[in-house]
Amino acid sequence: MQTASVSQTFMKLFRGSGSETTSPQQGSQKLTRRSSGLGELSRQWESAENLCVLDLGSTSPANIRYFTGRGHRIYSEDLLTASTDSGLLSKDENGVVTLDSRKFLADNLVYPAAHFDVVLCWNLPDYLDEGLVKPVVGRLWSVLKPGGVLLAFFHTRDAGPDSPCYRFHITDVDTLEMQHIVLRREARRGPTGAVHTAVDGFQLQRVFNNRHIENLFRDFASIKFFLARDNVREVLVVR
Amino acid sequence: MSTAAAPAPGLAQIGKSVVIKGELSGSEDLYLDGQVEGSIALKGNSLTVGPNGKVKASIEAKGVVVQGKLEGNVQASERVELRKSAVVTGDISTQRISIEEGAYLKGKVDIHKAEGK
Repeated sequence: MQTASVSQTFMKLFRGSGSETTSPQQGSQKLTRRSSGLGELSRQWESAENLCVLDLGSTSPANIRYFTGRGHRIYSEDLLTASTDSGLLSKDENGVVTLDSRKFLADNLVYPAAHFDVVLCWNLPDYLDEGLVKPVVGRLWSVLKPGGVLLAFFHTRDAGPDSPCYRFHITDVDTLEMQHIVLRREARRGPTGAVHTAVDGFQLQRVFNNRHIENLFRDFASIKFFLARDNVREVLVVR
Repeated sequence: MSTAAAPAPGLAQIGKSVVIKGELSGSEDLYLDGQVEGSIALKGNSLTVGPNGKVKASIEAKGVVVQGKLEGNVQASERVELRKSAVVTGDISTQRISIEEGAYLKGKVDIHKAEGK
């Protein structure tokens, strides 16, 4: 498994220091892709009522409209942006910069146990800092209802280290609109309200192989893989 | 492309230098561009949080438009609008919602239909 260091990631994300969080600016280019995982999910919830859905991507008006229009409740929580909060950084005894996963989980993904029917992870595990991936998956297991489903996308090795980070909008039962997330050299207001400047985009942190993915979700009841042509492996896991 | 919702003439306003802590209630529309901490109750009327507004309060109103920062739950009997500069942390319960591209929301969206409709 290839990794990028925390300090390298944050050197690229931040200019200066302080309590700041990056705010992604949405790129203008949008691509459409068919999603077998989403299609499978859509078949499962076709007759379901009042689902409780957690969307872990950037705030998506389209996704909110999609689920609320069908009578479901949706929670929106942009975990990737939340993970860039410089207040999470600390140095261990060797002087290595690490992310405080306990603080991260104290401030994020705070929900009652067994609360959600569906969790939309999108590409989060591929771009999230190494130290947060397993704790986040553990938390997601606990907030999913038994039988609840999680959808996640993983790059394959052929994707390359500069694979752009996308946000995903549901446009149809098995169709997504992908929007490149770009962090520009301009003052942006982030979730904390602070104005700051970011210099780079989200970087692919690692490439999982099948065994790594199975290991990551080992506490879940079942896992199903869908391999797509665009070097993405879609995964549906059931708690 | 939307423009900032400037307050209409005659509309009750809280300017950006004003800081209020406590319970705010009224029977008219309100444009809030300052800081409020506590609760806001404008049943039957609309609240607009301006681009400089910083609200840490639960809100109950007929309609809510957010352009600034809001931390708290929103109960709107008719409609909620999050403009592109909105930063909202809290749960939203309303009949209709409009969210502009660029708005940030951390929380739940629950759409309920009015009784009898």
